[in-house]
Amino acid sequence: MSAHLVAVAQRQDREAFAALFRHFAPRLKSYLRRFGDSDARAEEVLQESFAAIWTKAGRFDPSRASASTWIYTIARNQRIDAFRRERRPQFDPNDPAFVPAHVPDGEGTVTSRERFQHVSEAMAELSEEQREVVRLSFFEDEPHEAIARRLGLPVGTVKSRIRLAYGHLRTRLASKSGGLL
Amino acid sequence: MTVKHHIGDDLILAYATGELDEATSLLVATHMALCPQCRQALELAEAIGGTLIEAEAEAEVADDALEAVFGRIESAEKPATPSPAATPAQRGSYVLPRPLRDYAGGDVDGLRWRGLGGGVRHLPIDTRASRAKARLLYIPAGSKVPDHGHRGLELTLVLAGAFYDEGAWFRRGDVEEADATIEHQPVAGPEEPCICLAVTDAPLRFRGLIPRLAQPFLGI
Repeated sequence: MSAHLVAVAQRQDREAFAALFRHFAPRLKSYLRRFGDSDARAEEVLQESFAAIWTKAGRFDPSRASASTWIYTIARNQRIDAFRRERRPQFDPNDPAFVPAHVPDGEGTVTSRERFQHVSEAMAELSEEQREVVRLSFFEDEPHEAIARRLGLPVGTVKSRIRLAYGHLRTRLASKSGGLL
Repeated sequence: MTVKHHIGDDLILAYATGELDEATSLLVATHMALCPQCRQALELAEAIGGTLIEAEAEAEVADDALEAVFGRIESAEKPATPSPAATPAQRGSYVLPRPLRDYAGGDVDGLRWRGLGGGVRHLPIDTRASRAKARLLYIPAGSKVPDHGHRGLELTLVLAGAFYDEGAWFRRGDVEEADATIEHQPVAGPEEPCICLAVTDAPLRFRGLIPRLAQPFLGI
């Protein structure tokens, strides 16, 4: 999928874009349905997200993120814009005031594909309960309250569960990546 | 320059999930611009989002959706070419990194500061309906940083100069997390004015249990 995204960026490749759409559109639609109040609105934000994927493809850096991760961030930003009517402040790696990492890209770190694989494996190793709080924290606009309601738990418990699950994930990832991430 | 006082994991995760309000996101994004270590933590958190999207059920999409997207693309303006990467000579030429510079309407020299007395100045930043409030503060060398909030979490990101609080120095890129239960009185360093971004009334639940003081992500 990363190659398709690069093809869109470099050649405005419509076939590659269609392949991305076929794979990601039904998944992003599910994601967006969780935040919007109607199917029509989710469909609209879905189309806005894909228009943004087309115009912003040049900013995709395959060494830093997998296609699904980058596409997730685009859809997330579009839904904040559309459903909450807020802007999404973001840093700009080309800004002269931006502080680049000391380690050059790809040197001494795992590739974005390996990292994605590690994250998937670490997620699969979480208990069902932990995976659910992590999942819900990405899929609810007010995750702590919503998760608390859904699971019938106090908000404080939800907060500490998210923390534990995230901490567990990081520890797992550190061991998989030999300390390098 | 290396950042010593980082943003807590709770805030990084909430920025990645999209939960944070605009003012708090502005502070997090501006810190990210100055802190490669926290960007790495963010990349991990966003990769979790990527795996969740992969695992999502497939919802039905309108039959003509792809054509509609191409229609949107064609009727939209041509994409702005991304700004070229900064040359080494340009680096360090701004006090305010983006996105803060865009929100403030320029770099520090051109801002319409408002006096707060004692040489202290501030500039409220418009973050629309955001529950938390953001403003830039200008504190003369050696002066006390005004008390800036009593409800919720307060976050202070240093952009120029330094301040001293609770036994620690905070310099460019450093973030101090505090809440109303902490009585503290930060003081600007003696050599130069301190400019910082203060966000107040952010939801308290983002307060980390332990400040992530020079604690490298994943122990690297």
